[in-house]
Amino acid sequence: LPSTMPTVGVSRDELFKAMGRTYTDEEFDELCFAFGLELDDVTTEQTMERKEKGETVDVADASTEVIYKLDVPANRYDLLCIEGISRALLIFLGKAATPKFRMIEPLSHPRLSMSVKPDVATIRPFIVSAVLRNIVFTPRSYASFIDLQDKLHQNICRKRSLVAIGTHDLDTIEGPFTYDAKPPKDIRFRPLNQEREFDAAELMEFYESDMKLKQFLHIIRDSPVYPVIYDRKGVVLSLPPIINGEHSKIKLSTQNVFIESTATDLTKAVIVLNLIITMFSQYCQNPFTVEPVEVHYVNGKTHVYPEIACRSETLDPQHISELLGVDIDADEMAGLLGRMQLSTTVTEDKKSITVSVPPMRPDILQECDVAEDVAIAYGYNKFEGKIPNSLTIGKQQPIQKLTDLMRFEMAAAGYTEILTFALCSRNENFKLMNREDDGKTAVSLANPKTQEFQIARTSLLPGLAKSLSRNKKLALPLKFFEIADVVLKDETKDVGARNSRRLAAAYMSITSGFELIHGTLDRVMTCLNVKPENYRIVPSNDPTFFTGRQAEVFYKDRRIGIFGIVHPHVLKSFELVYPMSALEIELEPFLQCDGHSFSFENKIYSLMQHHGPISEWDSLPQGGGGGTCSSPSGKNLSSPVSAGGGGAAKAYPLSNSGGDALYTSSGGGT
Amino acid sequence: LGIIMEEKVLAILNDKGEIEDSLSFAKENSYELQALDGVLKSLVVDEYIVLENKQRNIIEFTAQGSVALKEGSPEFKLAKMLAVGETKPKAEIESHFPANSFKPVLGAAIKNKWVKADKDSITRIAEDIQDVDHQSLQKFADNNSVEAHEKKAITLFTKRKLIATRIIKYYLVKKGPKFRAERVKGVADLTEEMLKNGSWKTTEFKEINTNAKGKDLVPGSFHPLMKAREQVKEILIEMGFEEMPTNRFVESSFWNFDALFQPQQHPARDMHDTFFVSDPEESNFIPEPYGAQVKKTHEEGIGGSLGYQYNWKYSEAKKNLLRTHTTAVSARMLYFLGKEEKFTPKRYFSIDRVYRNETLDATHLAEFHQVEGLVADYDLNIRDLKGVISEFFTRIGIKNIKFKPTYNPYTEPSMEIYSYHQGRDEWVEIGNSGVFRPEMLLPMGLPENVRVIAWGISLERPVMINTNLKNIREMEGHKVQVEFVKKHPFYAPKLT
Repeated sequence: LPSTMPTVGVSRDELFKAMGRTYTDEEFDELCFAFGLELDDVTTEQTMERKEKGETVDVADASTEVIYKLDVPANRYDLLCIEGISRALLIFLGKAATPKFRMIEPLSHPRLSMSVKPDVATIRPFIVSAVLRNIVFTPRSYASFIDLQDKLHQNICRKRSLVAIGTHDLDTIEGPFTYDAKPPKDIRFRPLNQEREFDAAELMEFYESDMKLKQFLHIIRDSPVYPVIYDRKGVVLSLPPIINGEHSKIKLSTQNVFIESTATDLTKAVIVLNLIITMFSQYCQNPFTVEPVEVHYVNGKTHVYPEIACRSETLDPQHISELLGVDIDADEMAGLLGRMQLSTTVTEDKKSITVSVPPMRPDILQECDVAEDVAIAYGYNKFEGKIPNSLTIGKQQPIQKLTDLMRFEMAAAGYTEILTFALCSRNENFKLMNREDDGKTAVSLANPKTQEFQIARTSLLPGLAKSLSRNKKLALPLKFFEIADVVLKDETKDVGARNSRRLAAAYMSITSGFELIHGTLDRVMTCLNVKPENYRIVPSNDPTFFTGRQAEVFYKDRRIGIFGIVHPHVLKSFELVYPMSALEIELEPFLQCDGHSFSFENKIYSLMQHHGPISEWDSLPQGGGGGTCSSPSGKNLSSPVSAGGGGAAKAYPLSNSGGDALYTSSGGGT
Repeated sequence: LGIIMEEKVLAILNDKGEIEDSLSFAKENSYELQALDGVLKSLVVDEYIVLENKQRNIIEFTAQGSVALKEGSPEFKLAKMLAVGETKPKAEIESHFPANSFKPVLGAAIKNKWVKADKDSITRIAEDIQDVDHQSLQKFADNNSVEAHEKKAITLFTKRKLIATRIIKYYLVKKGPKFRAERVKGVADLTEEMLKNGSWKTTEFKEINTNAKGKDLVPGSFHPLMKAREQVKEILIEMGFEEMPTNRFVESSFWNFDALFQPQQHPARDMHDTFFVSDPEESNFIPEPYGAQVKKTHEEGIGGSLGYQYNWKYSEAKKNLLRTHTTAVSARMLYFLGKEEKFTPKRYFSIDRVYRNETLDATHLAEFHQVEGLVADYDLNIRDLKGVISEFFTRIGIKNIKFKPTYNPYTEPSMEIYSYHQGRDEWVEIGNSGVFRPEMLLPMGLPENVRVIAWGISLERPVMINTNLKNIREMEGHKVQVEFVKKHPFYAPKLT
């Protein structure tokens, strides 16, 4: 269950000032834990700088103010700044009420407006806007204001691709404003913190070397027109999502802030605008108020932003109680929700509760989100555990059971189990093994961070060779084994690839141990209860192995693997100085079918057959098979895994009815 | 030979009470050191003798020194190549000496005033010459103890690379508590022959040595993580869980993310966190009408949810990747469960590899094992989640746990699981859990009052803590030293 939690650093003393008391680190940690924040680190700028730059660098200038690093849930954008964190915790502690946000229409002038020109439709179609009036910034709150925009850009705005925020000193510009898109050469302005004017094409080139801004250039670079916002006099406010103009630059002394937020995703633009307003309107002369801006579209439609009205959800407290498994009556629930910034009204008969979701809580999508807030306020650790009483039967996957039985047998035969990665380099998998990469077997990775991991392995042998190489110093002979999955391309599967379970063993000593590896194969077959007439070995010509000292293994006439003396070239590639013999066989063919146990592949196939052509793809070129997918039945794969060929539509069972029975280590059935 | 050696040792001890120096003893009697060592150790075992470890500094001849000892010093050899007053070309004389060794030799001969030399030739000047160096070397050969010689002489010849000093170890051999002049050797082993001829009845058997270790075995052995996997699997099966077929590393984004109500712009879907697959790049199948329902759920919600209000794309869902969690398989299982005619309660588990596009370091691997458990049943609630999780952790040896609110896109409520770690005296995060969101379950066609609770941990985490390993790379991958594998005990998961 992966989660990507943003980390927010806040000044401890500022936070405590906002919360009206101090805490010990332990006390604060406990409060965070209950609320769902994580106090990840207690540090200072000096310590952080020292960590980053090394002990020797002089960091005396860096601040020694204590900083709390807090991990914030990824859907709680309202906790990305000190204003939101302190407010949420105060409300959680019952020491403050959730603010009510109000729109205040301008008295002395008509509403500001923004007209949207048709050309923006192709590049960045949406814009929303609002004004914070008579705001008073302190150096700290100003820094926080800038920082929140950065954090939003990184998170919900997906690096400005979905939404980009611009904030301006309204006293330097004049409405009405225009949101247009123009050819890059036609946009000229002096960008933020630059000495001269650029045209937009020039600017894009200029920012190529800007570490921060270059990551956003791709969003508009190839468009024939770039989005741009002008004021009444033609002053450029910004070239979203890249840079604002110097002219309307916001400063510590700015009193009236014009906020615009351009987007490809209108929902998120509205959310982002709301977050800035709900966090920073507290610094307005008239706290928690905002002045609206009209947005006029070409089709004559007008929208007024922001949309800060609370959304109402009417819910059944009884149902929420059931979700939690604890009886909480409507009034108590209302109290709990109040501590999570959700104000409520309860009907007289207590059968219904209306929750009003404030604009800074877009994470609340439905009832279960409200239920979670009830649970958090109630205290996660107060719920008493119980065990569901339905009867269920424990089972394991046949291939897993078979794997464990064979692992046991291999260790009993004196082999040491190793566990190697399923990812490897192309070179290891092919060239070092003397094998050709035909491009048809291995699954390739698009974006590995290290060249060690370019593909998924198609054989367990490179892992064995690498492990032997790393353990050369041990007393000979070395006997290693691994039973694990390799991955093979397979067009008959929905994802175009499948795993194949392999058993592999290697022997290394001053002599090759070829007979021992052959004996290991025989032992494996005995353990699998395969009768001698049902398997045979046939001399082969695999370049991984030494010419003339190798054989393929056939089980009921299908090739399931190979063994032999490893080729000296391969030994040299892996820096091995002693001879080595190895065996690798597939295990799936030894699972039999009776159609009872569950197999996924088969369910997927039957679905694919049932549905035939896939019509619901969007307008992209369709994947292999032109949208139709055939059943694997009858297809002869390069190395078949499912038992019984055409019987692939059946499942893997445990029976030993007739033929060779499976996973019986003691000779009996299962 | 061993018996002769043994007799000699016992005889001398009986006579003199001790053997001062085992090395000299070996030399005097021309015994092989190793053989003598074996004899002495065997006598120690039976307490006939005791050994005291000693060491001393000795002089040894270098290869060059050995030659000089045999043939005289090289400068002497040089001088002897010339008659008195005779002059020969330098090159000619040098040719008789090993490459690069000539310069100090000539220097010594000049210093002794035996010869004089100019740029190209050498002339003998002394009539009567005595090879004093050879005499010194002979003295070293006669007594190789460092203490027996002047420090200055040793330094000089060491510098000239003719001798070297070395510390050698030897034993002082003394009588032991059970000393006897003659060895009555107990027999150590019962043989087939003894059984045949009945001699076992009269044979005196040796006492066992309680201080000695047994002989080293060459056992087969299991990898510790795989042992842990087996243990955890057993626990889950005992708890009524059924294993899911997780042997599929390549997944589509659809099952890995979309089916789990993870929005298509979610940070976890960024290129840098996930291994995307370039070949085969796309999945060719998404079941319908399920795919369309997932689309609708993302775009406008389901069952009272708002959804994420964005344009959901099949093209994004089709992208192949290496699964980032086994929950991709859980989604497939629940989907099939939803297609059953009648819902039956299920408990599912899996333990298998998952992939993250990470740079490897002490605590991060690009692939690791995820343990996942889930229960699907009517009207489950948070208490069931906590109960099942507590039971599971108690069984793997982790008793003291608590829960912290967290966020997962597909669970609500979501709970992180922390455990108190005594060694570190702190609470450490060990897993994640939650109740699957209706947005995930309803499109699958599961009945509205069926809820699914799930939790996940990494298999590595408890094993790392249990084995006190600081570096995960010592446990997984080809760089692992198999000594670690062989020495690892039974897996008994514990956090203390």
